[in-house]
Amino acid sequence: MPDMVSIGQPQQRQFNPYSENGGTILAIAGANFSVIAGDTRQSEGYNIQTRYAPKVFRLTDKAVLAVNGFAADGSMFVKKVKQRLEWYRHAHAKDMPLRAIARLIQTMLYSRRFFPYYVYNILGGIEEDGSGAVYSFDPVGSYERESCRAAGAAQSLVQPFLDNQIYFKNQRPPPGTSNPTHLPLHEVLSLVIDSFTSATERHIEVGDGLEIFVVLAKGSTTQGLENFANVQEMTQTREGERMFNIRRNLKRD
Amino acid sequence: MATASVYSSPGFDFSNQIRNNFLAEKGLPLPKATSTGTTIVGCLFEGGIILGADTRATEGPIVADKNCEKIHYITESIRCCGAGTAADTEFVTNLISSNMEMHALTHGRKPRVVTAMTMLKQYLFRYQGHVGAALVLGGVDSTGPNLFTIHPHGSTDKLPYVTMGSGSLAAMAVFESGWKTKMSREDALQLVKDAIAAGIFNDLGSGSNIDACIITPNHTEMLRNVEMPNERETKEKSYKFRRGTTEWKSESIRKLIVSEEITPIGGDAMDTS
Amino acid sequence: MDHFPTNWGRPRNDAFDAYGTYPIAQRPYNGLKDAFAEGVQHTQQPIVTGTSVLAIKYKDGVMMAADNLASYGSLARFKDVQRLHPVGTNTVVGAGGDMSDFQYIQSLLDGLMIEEFTEQDGHSLGPAEIHEYLSQVMYGRRSQINPLWNALLVGGFKEGKRFLAYVDLLGTTYSASTLATGYGAYIAQPLLRKAVEGNEDKLTEEEAMQILEANLKVLYYRDARSLNKFQIAKITAAGVSITESKSMDTTWSFAEGIRGYGSQTQ
Repeated sequence: MPDMVSIGQPQQRQFNPYSENGGTILAIAGANFSVIAGDTRQSEGYNIQTRYAPKVFRLTDKAVLAVNGFAADGSMFVKKVKQRLEWYRHAHAKDMPLRAIARLIQTMLYSRRFFPYYVYNILGGIEEDGSGAVYSFDPVGSYERESCRAAGAAQSLVQPFLDNQIYFKNQRPPPGTSNPTHLPLHEVLSLVIDSFTSATERHIEVGDGLEIFVVLAKGSTTQGLENFANVQEMTQTREGERMFNIRRNLKRD
Repeated sequence: MATASVYSSPGFDFSNQIRNNFLAEKGLPLPKATSTGTTIVGCLFEGGIILGADTRATEGPIVADKNCEKIHYITESIRCCGAGTAADTEFVTNLISSNMEMHALTHGRKPRVVTAMTMLKQYLFRYQGHVGAALVLGGVDSTGPNLFTIHPHGSTDKLPYVTMGSGSLAAMAVFESGWKTKMSREDALQLVKDAIAAGIFNDLGSGSNIDACIITPNHTEMLRNVEMPNERETKEKSYKFRRGTTEWKSESIRKLIVSEEITPIGGDAMDTS
Repeated sequence: MDHFPTNWGRPRNDAFDAYGTYPIAQRPYNGLKDAFAEGVQHTQQPIVTGTSVLAIKYKDGVMMAADNLASYGSLARFKDVQRLHPVGTNTVVGAGGDMSDFQYIQSLLDGLMIEEFTEQDGHSLGPAEIHEYLSQVMYGRRSQINPLWNALLVGGFKEGKRFLAYVDLLGTTYSASTLATGYGAYIAQPLLRKAVEGNEDKLTEEEAMQILEANLKVLYYRDARSLNKFQIAKITAAGVSITESKSMDTTWSFAEGIRGYGSQTQ
């Protein structure tokens, strides 16, 4: 009778294999672009571990993954996803399509159902039909395609703001018009920046730096991207999808 | 003398705690209080005391107040920084401030810092740590400058430089590497500002601005927001909503101005005899 | 199938155990075992421990500091322990936490370097590779719920590049121009950040040394598990060098002026 034996055993402090490292991530899909962003602070308790730890990673020319939660699980998970994508490239001589990456991430997360990766994933990029896409996941692999999603420490602050500003929740359109289904890129970037500066004001675990990735669909213009400071192009050619990186400072208190 | 009809054992009465534990078990936990996850400091210098504090108040990981005041008034030349449960620091300093005023009126002279310290520690000890106030008390009286820390359970310390709150280690590191005996007013103020800044930028529980208070024998200078290193930059977008954005189901307009007709009767002035 | 009839439960069969001599609690159990029962056995706690390690980037490379104390609870048990371990010619690993686990890590790293040397392929492991290796080991052990109870700093200099990163018992990693483990993260890190951030390319060796020594002194004043005997490692283009144990002077004269905790004056 194992139960009877275990009752009398001496109690030991159990080692907790998990931790939480703060920060917030966010992604918004446009008609022909996708924006994926995250702050760069990594913290534990009240302590800032580092002011620059990337949470957003480029997977292919058209896919970007943002990872938030337990940092050790996060970096291990990204490493494994990248490894699977490289195997796919060697086997098929092309990059894995976005919706296939999303399904891959689901199975990888669910394979650890009973010892989960304690991470919230948001995958952003361009679909094969050229539309901007965002996929969001829970730690054990449930996922859904959406047009915007915030996750992490300040999710409860940012998501209602996005619901209002992106989905136009609780906003009646002017008479005779309807709310737009997709916002232009410059508008989306402004919303992303304001989301993070506001989350920094009111959430202690958000701050230090902001890293934004922008993925543009094949053949689309830069759509006013050049008006933003610190924009860096990460792709070499202008033929396929193009990817840009924007860095900004956030408050450090 | 009438005896109590119910037996009560001598010593402390824990029946409320048992009740609270029972309620918590039934799913009714005690309300969580706003805590001032904080950096507060005090420092002795040639001629007085300088107290310092950050201005962030938190509720868990959420910033409840970006510019709160943590240096509380006790008397004109005694002030007290509070960390811990916001309500407790507020009430305990207010109460002792009143009692100090009464004390001063009763005895007709300026009260001492040790008096405030003793009142505070006796009050906190009585509540066995349940009044969650961690204090830095400083001031100047007839015996000279005095600086104390008071812990929630009622223990006190008397030291030339002290720190409290979640940023206390960061601030103490600055004091340990920079404090000297007989510092000038300027040097001491700079050191206090550096200590608070270390808390603001390295401890997530502390943030926003720096408050300081310089207390000398015949003058107390409250420097509210001496340094504001964390001002918010302007937003990218304006979020003004178009008039008529919010949906409504029914409309009723009511007149809120009440008009009343007054008919004066008789012309006599009021009888005030 | 359970072949012990007494385990089959009641009603009791008089043919096998007529008088119930075999108490239920002591009967052998042959069923399935709880899969999680084994996990609990690995759980441990640190026994002989080292405290903070500090490290900063400076003009010529990376400098790392740690004291020589290994504590046994609150007992200052071993006072000449080296907590900075050179790996190859470009890397130093500094450790806080359990010292026996650290010695095991040292043996892993020594084995790894020997294996790498015998390859004779013209490649050598630099600080980035050592850190990657350690983070895999640490994360692997945490995933088996059998952690190596350490917080490690890896500092190095290879091919003109400074490297400084952290890994701990959870497998959490990060990098910055100043790092500190243990109490150092709370006490030294604020001072290190103020002194180093933005000055990484300006700080000279003397200045870097002075910053670390000042911080070790503050830690000695405030961390009850620290010692005023320490070593400093520097990793530059010239390779690794670790100083002999040094001690620092401390002043306690301020204690003369302190009387009691309240109104006492004598």
